Amino acid sequence: MSTAANPETKPAPPPVETVRIKVDGRDIDVPKMMPDWQGKLQPTTMLQACSLAGAEVPHYCYHPKLPIAGNCRMCLVEFGTPMMGPDRKPVLNPDGSSKIAKSVLPYEPGTPRGAIACATPISPGMEIYPGSTATRQMREAVLESLLINHPLDCPICDQAGECKLQEYSVEHGQATSRFVETKVHKPKQVDLGPRIMLDDERCILCTRCIRFTKDLVGDDALGIVNRGSYNTIASFPGRTFDNNYTLNTVDLCPVGALTSKDFRFQMRVWFMKETKSVCTSCATGCNIVIGSREDRVYRYEPRQNDVVNASWMCDAGRLNYKWIGRDDRLAAVRSSRTGARSWPAVLSEIAQTLRSAPRGSVAVIASARQTNEELYLVRKLATHLGAMTDSVPREGEGDRFLVNEDKNPNTNGARLTGIAFTEMGIQIPKIAQAIRSGQVQTLIVIGEDVTQHGIDSETLAKVSTLIVSDILPNETTRRAHFLLPGCAHAEKRGTFVNGKGRLQRFLKAVEPSGEARPEWEFLKELVEQVVGPTGYTTIEGLFNQMAKDVPAFAGLEWAGIADLGVNLAI
Amino acid sequence: MPQEYRLILKHADQAGYTPDIECYLRHGGYEALRKALALGVKELPDGKKMTAQEQIRDEVLKSGLRGRGGAGFSCGLKWSFVDRKSGKPIYLICNADESEPGTFKDRQILHKDPHQLIEGMIISCFANDVKLAYIYIRGEMPEGARLLNKALKEARAKGFLGKNILGTGVDIEIHVHRGAGAYICGEETGLIESLEGKRAYPRIKPPYFPAILGLYMCPTIVNNVETLAAVRHIVSMGASEYAKLGTANNTGTRIVSLSGQVKRPGYFEVEVGKVTLGELIYHENFGGGLREGRTLKAIIPGGSSSKVLKAGEVFKVKKKGEDGQWVPVDMNLLDLPYDFDSLQQAGSMSGSGAIIVMDDSVDIVGVLANLGEFYAHESCGQCTPCREGSLWMSKALHRLTHGHGRKEDANYLLHIAQNIQGRTICAFGEACAWPVLSFVKKFKDEFEARGAADEANAAQGSHAANAVASHKV
Repeated sequence: MSTAANPETKPAPPPVETVRIKVDGRDIDVPKMMPDWQGKLQPTTMLQACSLAGAEVPHYCYHPKLPIAGNCRMCLVEFGTPMMGPDRKPVLNPDGSSKIAKSVLPYEPGTPRGAIACATPISPGMEIYPGSTATRQMREAVLESLLINHPLDCPICDQAGECKLQEYSVEHGQATSRFVETKVHKPKQVDLGPRIMLDDERCILCTRCIRFTKDLVGDDALGIVNRGSYNTIASFPGRTFDNNYTLNTVDLCPVGALTSKDFRFQMRVWFMKETKSVCTSCATGCNIVIGSREDRVYRYEPRQNDVVNASWMCDAGRLNYKWIGRDDRLAAVRSSRTGARSWPAVLSEIAQTLRSAPRGSVAVIASARQTNEELYLVRKLATHLGAMTDSVPREGEGDRFLVNEDKNPNTNGARLTGIAFTEMGIQIPKIAQAIRSGQVQTLIVIGEDVTQHGIDSETLAKVSTLIVSDILPNETTRRAHFLLPGCAHAEKRGTFVNGKGRLQRFLKAVEPSGEARPEWEFLKELVEQVVGPTGYTTIEGLFNQMAKDVPAFAGLEWAGIADLGVNLAI
Repeated sequence: MPQEYRLILKHADQAGYTPDIECYLRHGGYEALRKALALGVKELPDGKKMTAQEQIRDEVLKSGLRGRGGAGFSCGLKWSFVDRKSGKPIYLICNADESEPGTFKDRQILHKDPHQLIEGMIISCFANDVKLAYIYIRGEMPEGARLLNKALKEARAKGFLGKNILGTGVDIEIHVHRGAGAYICGEETGLIESLEGKRAYPRIKPPYFPAILGLYMCPTIVNNVETLAAVRHIVSMGASEYAKLGTANNTGTRIVSLSGQVKRPGYFEVEVGKVTLGELIYHENFGGGLREGRTLKAIIPGGSSSKVLKAGEVFKVKKKGEDGQWVPVDMNLLDLPYDFDSLQQAGSMSGSGAIIVMDDSVDIVGVLANLGEFYAHESCGQCTPCREGSLWMSKALHRLTHGHGRKEDANYLLHIAQNIQGRTICAFGEACAWPVLSFVKKFKDEFEARGAADEANAAQGSHAANAVASHKV
């Protein structure tokens, strides 16, 4: 991988100041300062230091991307600091090491006093004991407290399988309960907003949801009502919890209190396959995990990528998956000329048509929702045929958080592969004109209903050969002479370049419906039949060849993109 | 003979003494403020200079004044922690959220002599370069709030408050803010949150120490009513004179709230450490003893959250011997001097200065159940151990007082309380755990006997029920 294409590989930064501490008896040097939730350098916390030492400290309210609350107390750890003499100098052991004064309750010196690891900064010589008996006892006690009023309804809870209460119960819980009192009862099935359902009895009041929507989204919509053990999360009276980021609180909720109305009761999480992918709803390209089972997509969840979407995604993007499983998906390949209904027959018929088309008589409109690899293959065809090309611009509303105004996921890819120009769509009126003038006889459309975007049905009727690939039926597909059913991104592999020039790859989660095939596969066969041999058979080979041909991808390899993508030097 | 020493409440209960400014001025009011404002820069022998503000702060430190709110922390030290280099404004807050059960001392000042507090606050503001101060008063004291607002208005009219105080160019403003009825608002960071208009969730420390990141994330001093009133007297009489009151490290006077089963409950201002617990309860100048035929059972010495002391308990307390050395001596509960350090050495605290006396007619389990209910109701619910533990304890105590106890409930309660203290964001954890820990440990036989009796009754009941059932067959 070239360093030019990856600005994250910068010259080594100046050495960081470190502090020597001990974690469970082992010396470790940790940075004195580390990034806080906003990325600002702050004194390193015990929790961060323990994590660097490989000792994970359990926690509920702490989240690296949220302001610290310190309320769950699960991360309490026993610790000690170097003992100071009356002369303010460290007291030494006979072997010359610092004597450690363990932190104890001031009024009960025999009892260890824990500190919350999430908010307590380290100091030189500090010793942290995340594995000690006292630490374990504190965790067990906190967990016991969290569970006494919890309904323990795991069998019907959507969070089961990805629940921090369950996970920590296995590690720190007790098999039986001492609690013999009546549990506190709170509202269940609280309709917080159009996409969120709340079960207050399951809630552990960690306030992650409150902090997220207040401090990150800027919508101070949630709060706590009542007092003490009766505390209850609620939206402000007369307001519903309805912004474009509400579903992130479902991810953030460490227990089953906040559930997605879309996902609840749909699928047990342990049955689902998780596939790393990218959201296609706008040019931000939020990294996602697709949850699927038996070729059905059940949910999208954000996947952490700090240079793109941190740990979040918008509700609109998250719920924009249902079309993948629609019943009216295009599932059959066909030629309306010969009635051919197999991929080899239809592709060779198309190849024949293209081979005999006079130079300049073909035009291509390929969507900026197609992958770089597909657009690269389209470009190869177009160059060979001397065809005009363009993509369809797709502008909408953006916001200051994640949503981009550009609703195409791969606008930059369409530009870099040479399909579209800086001003996307500028060629479409010219293509329409060329069709009307008879200059263009053959139109190839990949993934767009051009009748909605500048080439009306009347104009479309004038072309003698209309080759269309798409996923769902529309006016353009209905008029196609050759119809090539394609794939949703969840059904194939490929790469996009997001609005900020980051190349990101996504993997296949589910099988396409019917005869539909990934577009790059049949485009590659078409290129081989029309232009000549390509020399690769896999998406990896295709990408690596594209990287050789397209300057913006120079030096890249499929394997080097990895899960989080790379910034392009554009 | 042990008797009251009235400094702060000197005039409060005198016939004809009214809370208005004219009356206060007739009794030497605002002279301490004039004195403070007139202080010039002082040249020290080593050539260094001390500003008026530094001199007052030094006096308060030297006076040995300890906070009268509960923790008994040195007021001068607290002031010294204030971040004076941040460039941000410094705020002063008077904590008038007096809510500790058994405590009724601050309201004497607020209701009877509000100008004394205001003068103490203006001096404290001046000494700490504070331009804006707040009095956070308990919602349940509407009369206090009314009187304070009236007094502030009077002080402004007389030029003691507002812009250009007494022509010195000093600007200080004070506002009254009423709470809405929550014990937790007395916790200083909870109070600050509440003052900012938020839910009174105490803040985590670190990083939110009020002296550095307090009100509106600015350096803030939070002092109790009685503490601020004392500042006025320290400036007026001088630190060395003030320090002569009381005993070493426990200087000045304290207003003690005495309640429970004594003949003469009430408030008494005494020199700290000059009067013993026994004298406060039994002496005719104070509580006047228990009612006829009653014997002492227990004392809660410093507000309901302090650990209970059992009649007859003997403590090891350090006492200054004739050779000037501190030596540990055995001391009976009733011989404990009523000061900060002795009560702490006895394993409890003088807290807010509220003594609750219980005689042998008291059901000790019932007392704890009452306290438990209070703390479960007042827990803010922010952090887990206190939120869940306080109600858990209260429910167990409710069972014990309603015929559904178990012998094991004593240890059950200790287990719960032990897991609260020291694990919470604020001192409420201790406040709700300490009564349970001390009551159950010191009166374990009574708790176990209550549980055992309930179990026996239940067994008999089910036996009887079985008998009825088998008879029917």
